[in-house]
Amino acid sequence: MDVAIIGIGLHPFGRSPTLTGQQQGASAIRTALADAGLTWKDMQFAYGGSQDGGNADALVNELGLTGLQFTNIWNGCATGGSSLHAAYTAIKSGEYDIGVVVGFDKHARGAFNPTPSDWGLDDWYGESGMMLTTQFFAMKFQRYMHDHGISNDSLIRVSEKAFQNGALTPTAWRREALSYEQIANSMMVSNPLRKYMFCSPAEGGAALILCNANIAERYTKKPIYLKAAAVRTRHYGSFEVFSPSQAMNVADAPTVTASNAAFELAGLGPKDVDVMQLQDTDSGTEIIHMAENGFCEHGEQEKLLREGATKINGSMPVNTDGGCLANGEPVGASGLRQVHEICVQLRGEGGARQVSGSPKVGYTHVYGAPGLSGVNILTR
Amino acid sequence: MTQQIAIKEGLFTWPAEKPELLGSRCIHCGEAAFPAQNDCRACGSRETEITALGNRGTLWTWTIQSFMPKSPYLSDETPETFKPYGVGYVEMPGGVRVESRFELIEGQVPHIGMSLDLVILPFRTDESGQEIMMFSFKPAEE
Repeated sequence: MDVAIIGIGLHPFGRSPTLTGQQQGASAIRTALADAGLTWKDMQFAYGGSQDGGNADALVNELGLTGLQFTNIWNGCATGGSSLHAAYTAIKSGEYDIGVVVGFDKHARGAFNPTPSDWGLDDWYGESGMMLTTQFFAMKFQRYMHDHGISNDSLIRVSEKAFQNGALTPTAWRREALSYEQIANSMMVSNPLRKYMFCSPAEGGAALILCNANIAERYTKKPIYLKAAAVRTRHYGSFEVFSPSQAMNVADAPTVTASNAAFELAGLGPKDVDVMQLQDTDSGTEIIHMAENGFCEHGEQEKLLREGATKINGSMPVNTDGGCLANGEPVGASGLRQVHEICVQLRGEGGARQVSGSPKVGYTHVYGAPGLSGVNILTR
Repeated sequence: MTQQIAIKEGLFTWPAEKPELLGSRCIHCGEAAFPAQNDCRACGSRETEITALGNRGTLWTWTIQSFMPKSPYLSDETPETFKPYGVGYVEMPGGVRVESRFELIEGQVPHIGMSLDLVILPFRTDESGQEIMMFSFKPAEE
């Protein structure tokens, strides 16, 4: 049995000063329901999550007390991926026919400030100034540049493309294209990563209506099929954020195992994918994720980026809506924003940012602390 | 004289003439970890022992923290007095890469492969006037 996505909704990313995180989640659900021609009463189940926006199941206060099963999911940056995975298995198992996944968030300005004990770490690690995700991503990419011959040029090109795409996306936060020079000369935050190479915590909401594919055509002419949903955590030796030490032998990242599992489930390979969303909390991670997800060899990115391969009109369009760099990262909503954009592209509704040639297969990937990854493969 | 205490017991031998980082080693698979832990993440064994990891290492990767972090960072600095510091993974003779701050030398760009020596330095002063001592590294004098 297949699982279909029949309704999609976003509450615009960025800042919504008059709305709570939960209201932004409810707004995304209303949009997704309208898209599917359904009402809240039709929903048999819901999975949802948020980091700083409060409990997802409290959305029933906004949407109506219908008695549905509503399960809260919290899984770091993979919260959306895990919610979608839960909905996927709920429908595949035959328990439910139709339901919703939702993610939303509302973060304070500036970098995240994690609590060491939440991550199984002692206070000294945070107090001494080593518990910053920005440092980890900088160090991971510093080593990657050393091992695979990638230069700053690649980092700048990823950001340049992100803001170009953001400028074409009405729901994006950063809608102004930035020049190569503006990015190259922006403030150094954590060497080698500069200001315009990092995404920022933000606000927003995203929701998807899913159903048993056998009944999808009752609701839409353009169902999108969720062919695979996989979430994996780290193995011993993978180089991860919030790690006071690291094994000598570096193991494959969880992205690699999640990606392999998803491709196997879908019976597809990287060459089949027409449009993709790769987690880009900074420019360096997008570059690493191109290879970790199997779309190129390690080190090949420099040439691909110089040729414009990941642009909307390139051979492997990445983050056509500007990704996390242009949308910001409301953690709970971010992974579902990726799936939303792939649905838009596969439906052919991308407008100014539509990938040409009627893309058939889409791919989404998230990665987060303390080493987990979620991958989805979608087709039309 | 100001009293000095370690930021956390068991991270390094101190006071000592040549302080060393302390970690744990699994008695079954031999993998080392820092800080010391009871369980082995590599093989799942519950039998580990405390081991000295050494005091000179090689920089495996690095970055520079250029702005003052917010909480949980806890120092005496203000955004005005804050000085950028190096953060890296240092490959130790004990067979593990340890994340650590390292001292930046003006005019010298850190590089992968550089030799670093362990130093135990005052990090901040607590409410009772005690100096909190933290491990760090500085470029080795060959």
